Parts: sequence; C-alpha cells; structure tokens
Amino acid sequence: MTAGDGVTPVGREPAGPTGVPVQASGAPEPPAPPRPGAERAVLRLARPYLGRLLGAGLLAAATEFAGLALMATATWLLMSAAGRPPLDRLTVAIVAVRALAVGRGVFRYTERLAGHDAVLRMITDVRARVFATLAVRRDGADRRTGDALSRLVSDVEAAQDLLLRVLVPGAAAALVSVLAVGGAALISPPAAGVLAVGLLLAGVALPALATRLTRRAADEVAPLRGALAVDAVDLTHGAADLAAFGATDAALAAARGRAGRLARLERRLAATGFAVDAAGVLVGGLTAAAVVVVALRADVRGVLVGVLAVGTLAAVEVALALVAAARQRTQLRAGLARVADLLTEPAAPAPATAAPPASGGHDVRFEGVTVRYRAGAAPALAGFDLDLPAGRRVAVVGPSGAGKSTVAGVLTGAVVPTEGRVTVGGTPVSDHPADDLPRLVGGLLAEAYVFHATVRENLLLGRPDAGAAELADATRAAGLLDWVHDQPDGWDTVVGEQGGQLSGGQRQRLALARALLAAPPVLVLDEPTEGLDPAAADAVLASALAATPAGHSVLLISHRLSGLAGLDEVVVLEDGGVAQRGRHDELVARPGWYREQWLRQEAAERGYLSLAP
Amino acid sequence: MNRRPFDPRLLRRVPAARRDLAVLALLGGLTALLVVAQATALATVLATAIDGRLHRPALAGLLAAVTARALVSWAQGTVAARAAATVKAALRADLLRAVGRHGPTWVAGRRAGQLATLAGRGLDALDPYFTGYLPQLVLSVTVPAAVLARIVFADWSSALIIALTIPLIPIFGALLGWQAQAATERQWRRLSLLGGHFLDMVAGLPTLRAFGRARAQVDVVRRMADGHREATMRTLRIAFLSALVLELVATLSVALVAVPVGIRLLGGGITLSTALLVLLLTPEAYLPLRAAGSRFHASMEGLTALDEALTLSATTEPAPPAAGRTAPTGRGEIRFEGVTVAYDRTTALRDVNLTIRPGDRVAVIGPSGAGKSTLLNLLLGFVAPTAGRVTVDGVDLAGVDLDAWRRELAWVPQRAHLFAGSLADNIRLGAPAADATDAVLTAAVAAAALDEVVDALPAGLDTRLGERGHGLSSGQRQRVALARAFLRDAPLVLLDEPTARLDSASEAVVLTATRRLVAGRTALLVAHRPALLADADRILRVDDGRVTELRPTATGPAVIR
Repeated sequence: MTAGDGVTPVGREPAGPTGVPVQASGAPEPPAPPRPGAERAVLRLARPYLGRLLGAGLLAAATEFAGLALMATATWLLMSAAGRPPLDRLTVAIVAVRALAVGRGVFRYTERLAGHDAVLRMITDVRARVFATLAVRRDGADRRTGDALSRLVSDVEAAQDLLLRVLVPGAAAALVSVLAVGGAALISPPAAGVLAVGLLLAGVALPALATRLTRRAADEVAPLRGALAVDAVDLTHGAADLAAFGATDAALAAARGRAGRLARLERRLAATGFAVDAAGVLVGGLTAAAVVVVALRADVRGVLVGVLAVGTLAAVEVALALVAAARQRTQLRAGLARVADLLTEPAAPAPATAAPPASGGHDVRFEGVTVRYRAGAAPALAGFDLDLPAGRRVAVVGPSGAGKSTVAGVLTGAVVPTEGRVTVGGTPVSDHPADDLPRLVGGLLAEAYVFHATVRENLLLGRPDAGAAELADATRAAGLLDWVHDQPDGWDTVVGEQGGQLSGGQRQRLALARALLAAPPVLVLDEPTEGLDPAAADAVLASALAATPAGHSVLLISHRLSGLAGLDEVVVLEDGGVAQRGRHDELVARPGWYREQWLRQEAAERGYLSLAP
Repeated sequence: MNRRPFDPRLLRRVPAARRDLAVLALLGGLTALLVVAQATALATVLATAIDGRLHRPALAGLLAAVTARALVSWAQGTVAARAAATVKAALRADLLRAVGRHGPTWVAGRRAGQLATLAGRGLDALDPYFTGYLPQLVLSVTVPAAVLARIVFADWSSALIIALTIPLIPIFGALLGWQAQAATERQWRRLSLLGGHFLDMVAGLPTLRAFGRARAQVDVVRRMADGHREATMRTLRIAFLSALVLELVATLSVALVAVPVGIRLLGGGITLSTALLVLLLTPEAYLPLRAAGSRFHASMEGLTALDEALTLSATTEPAPPAAGRTAPTGRGEIRFEGVTVAYDRTTALRDVNLTIRPGDRVAVIGPSGAGKSTLLNLLLGFVAPTAGRVTVDGVDLAGVDLDAWRRELAWVPQRAHLFAGSLADNIRLGAPAADATDAVLTAAVAAAALDEVVDALPAGLDTRLGERGHGLSSGQRQRVALARAFLRDAPLVLLDEPTARLDSASEAVVLTATRRLVAGRTALLVAHRPALLADADRILRVDDGRVTELRPTATGPAVIR
C-alpha cells in the first residue's frame, strides 16, 4: 500500500490504459509488424552499460521490498504490542521500521539516477548509429521527412523506455514477488499458495490481458494518428495552395472528421482498457481476504495473520506494476522494430579500407553508359560516351527527360549504371571510397538543399576550412556577396527552414557559391542558373566559370544555351542518346535541335533585353 | 514561469469537457469514502484475527468496499479518458482551423514542422495529464480530508502528525517542482530543436553526401544527442530529488505514526483495531498527493502542449472573411493605388500605382527578390498592403470575402504543394466534384502537358502522392500545378514563373496551352523566361519594390512562332 509509484522521468509519459504509442508527427504508415529480434538488437547496444543496469535493477527491487517490509514490520509491531510484551522485544522492529522508511527513499533515488544515466548514454549511441545508417543509405533522401523525425525523436526513446519502464521495473517486481511468496511460505504454506495465485493473476494474467488490449488499441489508433499527422503537414505546408483554390474548408473538414473519429475510438478503447486496472484493485483486495481466511484455517498465529494480510496487499501492488510494464512494452514494439531495422542494417562498407585508388589524376571517361531506372522501362541514358580529361569544360544540354541529370548522377555515384562504366582517374566510380569521391567530383547537383543554418555554415559545408577571402570570392562569383553585405547579420544570417527566408534566386546562388567554394577538380553544375532571370543567369554562369581554376574540369548541365560559347564541347542529349556534339559555334552553324533552340532563345531574349522604359 | 496544474481556459474553450470533469470530481469523493471503509473493515478483521477468529461481517464489508473501489476506479479512468479524447479532438480542430484561418503567410512565418508536431505528438501528451494527473489531483483533495476526518475520531495525536506533515508534500513539491518545471521547458525546446535539426539533416542528406560531409555530420548528431542527454540528466537530478524528499516525508510519517502508536498500545492507551486503522490509513493520506506530484512532472509535456495550442489557436485574427463584402468578379478592372508592402526585414513594394484592365495579359519581370511574387500575393489576399489599397471594380480587396474572391482566380505558384492523395485529387484541388468530371480532368491534364507523365505513372491518375509530394520531379510537380489552374477555369490567371522548371521544348507545349488559357481572361505572369513575354500585351518591370511599365519597341519582342 505504501508502494506509490515514484517520480516518472520527464519527457515521456507513463503508459496509460488508453495509451497508444505516442509518436512524433510523422509515421503515416501502419505500425511495423512486431519483430522478434527487435528487442535483442536494441539490447545489444546496452551491453557496455550492463553493470550499471544490473545495479539499477537490484536497487529497484530493494526499493519495492523496503516498502513491503515497512508495512509488514509496522503491522507486526502493532499486533505484537497489543500483547503487551516488554518494550525491548519491540526495539528491533522499531529500528527496522525507521530504517526501512529512510532506506526506501534513498534506494529509489539512487536507482533512478543510475538507471537513467546508463540508458541515456546508450541512447546517444543509438541516435548516432541511426543517423549514420541513414547517412550512408542511398535512398535516405526518399524517406518521408515526418517519418525520419519520428524515427530519431520518438523511436529512439522507445529503446530508452524498454529498459527503464519495462525491463528494470519488471525484473524488480518479479524478484520481489518471489521473495514475498518465499517469506509467506515460511509462515504458512497454504497462505503462500493463495498469495502466489494472487500474484500470478496480478503479475502474469493481467499483464497478458493488458498486452492484448493495448496491442489491439494501437493497431486501431495508429493509422488514424498517422493520417492526422499527414493532414497537419498538408494544412501547414500546403496552406497557400489550399487558400488559393478555396480548398481550405474541405481539407479542414476532413482533418476535423478524422480527429473526431480518433476521439470516438479512443473513448471506446478506454472503457476496456481501464477494466484491467479495476481488476487489479479487485485482485489485491480478494487475495488479502483469502489469505486471512486460509491463514486462520491453518491456525497461523494472529500476529502473523496480520503481517500476511498487509504484506499481501503490498506485494500485489508491486506485482501490478507489471501491468504498466506490459502496456509500455506493447507500445514500444513498433518503434523498436524500426530502430532495430536501422541498427541491424549491415554496417556501411568501412571507409578507407580500400587503398586510395592509384592517383590517376581526374580524367573522366564515360564508356557506353546505359541507365535503366526500372526493368523494362526506356533507358534514361543509352550507350553514352564522353571524354572529360583534366581541365576540359563540357556542357550537356537537351530537353528535360533527355537524361542530363542522369549523367551527373552516374558521375557522382548516386546512380549506378546498368551497363558500361564511368571512370575517374582510371578507376571506376564505384571503386572510389564513398567518402573520397566527393573530393574529386562534386558541385551543384539537382535540388541542392539549403540547411536551416547561417549563410556561413551553409557555405562551409563545401569546404570546412575555407577562409574569409575564399568565402567572399565564391560568394561574389555566385553574385550573392552584395546581398550578404546588405544583411544586418551578414554571414551569420539564418536562411530559414529549407532556405525559406531566401528567394528562389538567392537560394540558387547560395548553392552555387557552396559548389564553387568546394571547388572539386571535377566540378558538376546541374542547372546552376535555375530560377534566375536571363541577364543574371548569363552573368552568374560567366563568373562561375571564370572562378573555376584552370586545370579543373567542368561538366555543365543546362537547358539554357547562352554562355556556352567558351566551352570545349557541347553534347546534345535526346532520349538518353547523344544527338549532336561539337563546339557551340559548330552546332549553331549546323541545322538541328541546338540551332533551333538557340535561335528561339536568342530572339526572345534579345527582344526582351532591348525593351526600354 | 509558473504553470498552474489546471488551465482554466480549457473549460471556456472546450465546454464539452465540463460534464466529464464534474463526474470525475464526484468519483473522487466516492473513492475517498471507500478508502476509509476498506481500511476500517480490514483493521477490524485483523484485530479480531489476533485471537484466531474470523469477523465475518467485517470481511463481507471489506469485500464490498474492494468491489466498489474497483468499479469506481474503472469509472474514473473511463471518464478521464473520455475527457482527454474530447479535449484533444477539440484542440486539434481549433489548431488546424487557426492554421487555415490565418492564411499562408502566418504559417510560413512559423516552423511548419513545429505546428505539425503540436497537432500530433504534442497533444497526445495530454493523455497522461487527463488519465494520470487530473484524477490524482482530485483524490489528493478528497482522500487526505476523509482520512484525517476518520483518524481525528480514532486517535487525534496521530491525526495531528499527519495534519502537520501532509502540507510538506505540496510545499516541497512546489519548491522542487519550480526547478523541474524550468528544466522541462528547456528540455522540450531542446527536443523540438533536435527534431528540427535532424529533419533538416536527413532532408539534406543528398547534399551532404555530394560534399562528402554525411559521415562528418554523424558527429554533429552525436553532439546534439549528447547535449540532450546532459540536459535531461540535469532535469532528472532535480526531479528525482523531489521524489526522494516526497517519498521520505511519506514513509517517515508512517514510522512517526506507527512507533508511538505501538508504544501506546503497550501501555493500553489505544485499542488494536484503532491502531491498525491508523497504520493502514496513514499511507493512504500521502499516496494521492505524491502520485499527483510525480504525474505532474510526467504530464508537464502535455500541459506545455496545451498552453501552446490554446495560445496559438486563440491568436487574434483579422476580421473573419465570411463577414466581408461581396467579392467583385475577376472580370473587373484591377487598380493598385499607392500600394506599399513592408515585411519584417525588407520592403517588397513601394508606392505602386497600377491599373490592369480586363483582358490585359501582363508580364512581370525583374531581378529575383524584387517583389514580383508580392504583387501576386496581394491579389491572392495572402498579404495586405501596409499602405494604399488594391481595388477590383472599385471594391477594396481588404474588405471582401476572400474565398469568394479567390474563386475568380487561378494560381500557379513557383513550387506547388502536393497533397497526400491521388494525382487526380491533387489536380481537382478545391474544384466541386460535379464540375470536375473525368472528361474535364483529362482535358486539363492534356492542356498542362501532364498526360505523358500520367501515362508513365504506375496507376495513372490514381497514383498516390506521398507526404509533401515525393515521387514527382519538380518539372512534373509544376505541370500538376498548371493542370490545377486549367481545371479552375477562372477569369483571372496568376502565374508565378510557370515554366521555370520546364525545358524549352515542354515550355513550348505549355505556352501553347497557356495561350489558350489566357485567351479572353486577364492574366498576370511573373516571368524569368523570355518565352513568356511573347504573349504579353504589357510588360512591367519590378526593381527594388518599384514598378515601371516597359514600352515595347517598335518591332516588339521578336518571337519565332
């Protein structure tokens, strides 16, 4: 009866009967199927901290046992005192009562600190491992953002809760139950038998029932919560689209309907969920009553009947903690399965094990490269050949869908050729260690991401050790330096979520400046002037090319044809194949797609540029 | 900042929860009576048992009390959970409605991720508050009162000890709780930061990889996680310290009561049944207070979310649009009269005067960031002029029913949001089902040059687009936005660089269709690409917030047709 539950750690809510995995906003997909090995995979990471955890478990058991013993001893004290023995026969009990009262609090405090310290240390490992796994995954970017958030913030906490809220208290409750039955057996085996039945009900049957109910509840609630989270994302990120098309009300109604359905479901599930708790109260009282009756029948001494009864109430209370642990464990399974998936993924090929490829410079060769994204689909790139020796500057142009970006993808290793090969410095791209390739090949790739950080931090990503002069040079070449100087915070201006505080053009310039700062020997520029007006586009392209050191190769991918006159070669792609190649002047002189587009563009742009106020 | 255990705004904002909360209070009183009854019955049974006899009426009373307690506890949990579900649903609706009501600029100013977190995990954190904390809060008033009342009659000196020590729990709880509270708020913010940071890192992984920085960022994530651990441990050291003190107050009080009572029993100053009653009841007096205290920590996350949700959804809004004046038609004359738009950092437009006559096809050019999009946002009603006004047919847009006005518009943004749903649903956005028949839809798809994209998709128009529209390239996404506009069939068309992401060939296709779309309609096109200018009657240049009209040269923009 004294066994109140101690403080619950901040930041994670205790399992309630209505409880359903509380997840971050994402995770729209149905809960992952339980994975048998999930807990083991997570626990493997706990091994370095096993000693601390074991200590925490023993302290937890000591805490619960102290509570039980306090009430039992106090009862013994009172009932013995009623027989008016000499005071010294009670001295031990009096001291014991006081010691147990103090001990319980101290045990609890040390147990909590030890357990949390160990688990949080482990969690740091888990977080880093999870990110490391995502970092080397090729498809990492395609994962849903909400899901990724759910993964780190919530799923990782699942690993923490498994230890702190399931295993440690569960083991402690089981240990105390065994001790209680053993103690009762010393007094009266039949009473111990009754107690054992009560403890089995409270510590095994009810937790099993709670598990089933919670699992069912989770299965029913999770899809709705996921859908609701997607609604929230759509209503926030798509607010402008919804408003402009007058669809806000409909979207709101749908979300509200879902929230209402979720509420109805939660209310329904609560009624069954709390029945387990009610049963727990009943089991405690009935077991105590039964123990009294059985003990009296067995002619147990009156004082000890009292000890047994009060001890029984306390012991059942301890065992009922297993109900909460079972609920918690059920709620954790989806998160644990996802974490385990990431933790058990084969470790990334160890970096730098392969000797750095024979430093063959940075000549690039595409040899008969064919890329098919789906079996049976038309190839995105078909038998593509290209020679890009050191210092050469080549543009790949063509209509969208012609395979331009695939060329960049193959060269940077993001796309693996179905046939043929690409070599850098004589070594196939796939044989370059993933960490070393970017030092050779890189630049501005499609959909370059701008981080929610300062301008400086975004730029330094390109070259972490760049000095102020280099920063300024790269930024000037991208045409962003004046803007940076105009900002009150200068280089420390925060660009906002996904660069949201910047205009599209500024974002593009920032990404370009970062690529120029990185200045790899093979610079890939995929649509570097996207989103800029023609005059700015021409100026930026020219200054970017001028800022690239001689000796560095450039692969420029563009659908705009201005500013290509200075390049060594222009390759026109159509439907994945090379339609034309040559220098700009040659291509303009020859009939074909290039000439047609060039004239179109030129005429339109000159017409526009010649307009005067 | 001090957080009260109960936010009174809740009763005002969610009236539906009032009845449940009243029932909860009633059940709390009932529980207190049953606690006393159970202890009295058990004390009688044990006091008789010392002589080896079984007190059958007391045993029956014990069983009855236990059964009744079980029932009341069930009712309590169920009612609390009902209240939680009701409140969450109401707040979610409020929150999302606020997002819709305040409009896109309000949302864009906030971190949308944080809003989504609040509507999801944030509000679900209210469950432990309602099912764990609130019932205990009620019990922590009713149970000590009932226990004290009973013990005063049985043994006033024990009652005195209890009465003196019980207040220590809320006092210590408050003293230590304030500390924990501040620490929790820091931790909550840290958690959001960690979430936001990680989301950012994962979203930018391709870029990190491209610069060979992905592995290096693992260390950053480790540092963030380490910082999180240290912050948490600091919180816990205080939170657990409060638990230690509270636990000690409660257990020591049992010792303080039991030992003197035992010694008085030796002297015969008290009966055994009374002594046992005091022993059994004493811990019950402290239990609810301690449970409430400990659960308060656990439910603080929920309370923080509650506070945030109530505050966010209550932010004063601009005049409700429904009450606005009747919207003019999109075929009226549009006038910008001395319009200035100032944002926090910059002035997007300065003193713009402009008339757009029905049927005008106006191209807007200018350097990026010059204020071109703001021109469109004014017409969309996303931003209001800081000074001056925008009128249509002489009606000031500031006062009209925006929804009705927007029905006169079709908008193609720079980067359209793709909603979770089928491609067809995304194109039909906002269109009444009756108007958007399959034939109309197919025509819009063809007009936007989206048909080849549709053909390549596994399930065609029924292909489901994921959260935030992954699965379509930006060019394809743009064509979806165009298809939306075609389907909209509105008299006024606003295009924000519709062809920015299309190559020249598809640009030509789209231009042909755009020509069809703008025929007989008023159109405002923000353009980087010259190709769009060919179709414009007028060209406006926006530079540093000022708008100048360009006169076409005698030859006009040369265009190859």
